[in-house]
Amino acid sequence: MIEEKFDAIVVGAGMSGNAAALTMAKRGMKVLQLERGEYAGSKNVQGAILYADMLEKLIPDFRDDAPLERHLVEQRFWIMDDRSHFGVHYRSEDFNEERPNRYTIIRAQFDKWFSSKVREAGATVLCETTVTELARDAHGKVIGVRTDRRDGEIHADVVVLAEGVNGLLGTRARLRQRPKPDKVALAVKEMHFLPRETIEAHFNLKGDEGLVVEAAGTISRGMTGMGFIYANKECISIGIGCIVADFQRTGETPYGLLDRFKCHPSVAPLIEGSEVKEYSAHLIPEGGYKAIPQLYGDGWVVVGDAAQLNNAIHREGSNLAMTSGRIAAEAIVQVKSHRQPMTAANLSVYKKMLDDSFVIKDLKKHKDMPMLMHTNSQNFFLTYPQLVSRAMQNYVRVDGTPKAEKEKVTLKSFVNARSWTGLFGDAFRIARAWR
Amino acid sequence: MNVETSVRVEDKLFYNRYLVDVGRPHIKVRAHTKPSPQLLALLKVCPARCYELNDKGRVEVTVDGCIECGTCRVIGEPTGDIEWSYPRGGYGVLFKFG
Repeated sequence: MIEEKFDAIVVGAGMSGNAAALTMAKRGMKVLQLERGEYAGSKNVQGAILYADMLEKLIPDFRDDAPLERHLVEQRFWIMDDRSHFGVHYRSEDFNEERPNRYTIIRAQFDKWFSSKVREAGATVLCETTVTELARDAHGKVIGVRTDRRDGEIHADVVVLAEGVNGLLGTRARLRQRPKPDKVALAVKEMHFLPRETIEAHFNLKGDEGLVVEAAGTISRGMTGMGFIYANKECISIGIGCIVADFQRTGETPYGLLDRFKCHPSVAPLIEGSEVKEYSAHLIPEGGYKAIPQLYGDGWVVVGDAAQLNNAIHREGSNLAMTSGRIAAEAIVQVKSHRQPMTAANLSVYKKMLDDSFVIKDLKKHKDMPMLMHTNSQNFFLTYPQLVSRAMQNYVRVDGTPKAEKEKVTLKSFVNARSWTGLFGDAFRIARAWR
Repeated sequence: MNVETSVRVEDKLFYNRYLVDVGRPHIKVRAHTKPSPQLLALLKVCPARCYELNDKGRVEVTVDGCIECGTCRVIGEPTGDIEWSYPRGGYGVLFKFG
């Protein structure tokens, strides 16, 4: 048993946990961080994109030694049917800047580095330790944790639950509900290795330039989901994710989807000749604003994926995690500096600060989007991609048909598939959910 | 098709590193005579194909290849079909890239 008492215990060493532990340790708090992996990062899975702005707020000079892969200069959005893709690509020389905005990263390596900064700031980081239970006093206040490593409890004034999307502690303690199958996506991913010159040739990149492809359409077989391809220095992260309830309903297999995505004629040439070195899977919170649980209580706060803080529409998660971890820590530091106890009333300042940040504002903006996509998945992920593909083919194929006739055929295909009411309804519903 | 699929998933898991906590599986399937729809769904949705039907028509779990995503927990824990914990500290899948 660890006899000493800590100011704060952070459960988990992912983006949110590291941000919280770092922020509190830097402010002189006595912090214990517990991580179940053999090192910070060994259990963490993400695409992964790093957003510089949110990390700069924690480690301004991170570019000096963080293990970054490539800075993004191009974003491709693809709508796919089985044999084609229709793309919107954005590439700009502006992204070749001194302090780039977004990078691809490899989480196991990045998190290890992030954790080294947490240690340097003075926190005690204990790996290979699974927290099994929250310790509570007779009034239900969280006073610490129990782990599988030692008998007894470790005590702290406050526990930061940065335990990830599948966090057991908070749900077991009934601080929040277990995520429901229609509010989380399952994504599977492979790491494909190629010489860096080959990757640069495949994606039209030079130096450390990077690129992201995000794809939706028939690849998810009518389920709500997306595929992604990220160019790292010497490997390509390729994966696909769909809502768990959709997998359950359709009986599709995640690896079957991934293999079909890899074999798509638009994708196969990009990874041709590669050597696969890892296969991973992870849940992604998709419920948005409406799925955010109670964020604080007597002696605890919850941050990151564990709090469902993920922007599924913009595919941002790690930055929301990092920011919520930092803000929770700042709130805790504030309560402590006023020599106040870590009660729910005092910790509610975390929620107020988070409400004022982009985290909650963005999630609120898109609060109706997850439900819209989910209830109309057949239309958005199967019907429309097929219609778009046929329309584009009709548009570009030159075969002597008069253009007016071609346009009539395309319009008719949309009306036949969705009806005028359906088309306007879909447009209206998207516009309303987006605004 | 089934045989082909099973070979492919095992091939994928072969890339990964694991430290198996022998004799202490972190997931347990509740004893049953006839599997629930939730248990049957796990045969397909588990990305590591940890769940299989035995010759008595019951669902069994082998956690050695588990990549700890938690999908089966989300589906199978509410009905009481499975018991789910994280592996003990240091055990389970060890991602090099993640």
